[in-house]
Amino acid sequence: MGTEISVKEYVVRLGDDALILGHRLSEWCRNAPFLEEDLALSNVALDFIGRARMFYTYAAELSGQDVTEDTFAYQRDCRDFKNHLIHELPRGDFAFTMVRQYFVDVYSLAFMTSLLESSDSRLAAIAGKAIKESEYHLRRSEEWMMRLGESTQESHRRLQSAVDELWRFTGELFDQDSPERELVSNGVAVDTRALEAEWNQTITATMSKISIEIPKDELQVTGGREGKHTEFLGFLLSELQFLQRAYPGLEW
Amino acid sequence: MSMMSIVEQIPLTNAENIERENRRSNSSCLELWSVLDQVKDPEIPVITIWELGVLQNVTRSGDHVTVTITPTYSGCPAMEVIKEDILAALSSAGINDVVVNTQLAPAWTTDWLSSKAKASLKEFGIATINSDNTIVCPQCGCNKIKQISEFGSTSCKALYQCLECHEAFDLFKSH
Repeated sequence: MGTEISVKEYVVRLGDDALILGHRLSEWCRNAPFLEEDLALSNVALDFIGRARMFYTYAAELSGQDVTEDTFAYQRDCRDFKNHLIHELPRGDFAFTMVRQYFVDVYSLAFMTSLLESSDSRLAAIAGKAIKESEYHLRRSEEWMMRLGESTQESHRRLQSAVDELWRFTGELFDQDSPERELVSNGVAVDTRALEAEWNQTITATMSKISIEIPKDELQVTGGREGKHTEFLGFLLSELQFLQRAYPGLEW
Repeated sequence: MSMMSIVEQIPLTNAENIERENRRSNSSCLELWSVLDQVKDPEIPVITIWELGVLQNVTRSGDHVTVTITPTYSGCPAMEVIKEDILAALSSAGINDVVVNTQLAPAWTTDWLSSKAKASLKEFGIATINSDNTIVCPQCGCNKIKQISEFGSTSCKALYQCLECHEAFDLFKSH
């Protein structure tokens, strides 16, 4: 008893992953290196925010009462958010953003493919929409790995340093706590442990093509699913939630 | 030309779309579907939500009307405007007891675009991908084109340029 999480909590976790990454990507709007990239990053941000809305809307329906999608986005504090830490890290330079995106896109595509088989039909339906977008995202982020990896010494150096910095946050993607494992055995949740080997293989193959080294025996940072975050999430939320904190209940 | 390659050239008819068309033609409230033919995509005001494949179902029970739509892209802000436009169109026809439901599955696909919609898009300057996977410039019809950006001004479009007439144009992405 007490170790189980409800389907609702699982759905909120998935919504948190999407919202926090979507917000980080949206920070590139008007800051990207050139116009086409500005459009691309903003579009990908929109896809993730849209994904968050689908998850939160479902969670709100499961909650009943006066809960809406906005309740999850705007009325919770750091400890209530259960996103994987990789999503909340500051956007860094362009290489950092694209390496994170590539890691997440490879993961998302495998994750959504698996979620299509969920015994929960609503989750399967959400996966059906998200998977198409992930295919598109991955095509682009993979291409950026090649371009940055093969362009100049400087782009290669930045790519390597982004991989070095991000690697320690990738293990968490596959590290499910026991409450989530319960939902795996029900056929609701995705068994992320089963995705790890293929993810590693894909990333290693790409990185070896562009002579980027994968860090070895790196300590892995975890805690997101328990609500234990990096210092960066609070700053992100203070911006994301500013209006609702300053003017509670404000509507357009 | 072998039989097989001819068969491959015939565009696949989408089963889900046939169901959608049947729902409309067998509907007991055809006039409501017609009212909703006024509702266009706010970003592409030359195609209706029916032609776009967004409008899935309209049912009436007594005075109560339920409209079911399928979102195109997860984060597409046009969906909110489309919902408002549906309510406004029905309201101007005197129908005010309306609920608009969003249905995720089956997931929307560009395969549901009618050929009329594709022609309207082309006329409007937006290319679509042909059944043989080619893309031609909507201005001059040339097939020498290059991609400028995989993402364009809205979620559903990518940015291309014609190498013949040099015009930049939007491509309605395959989804």
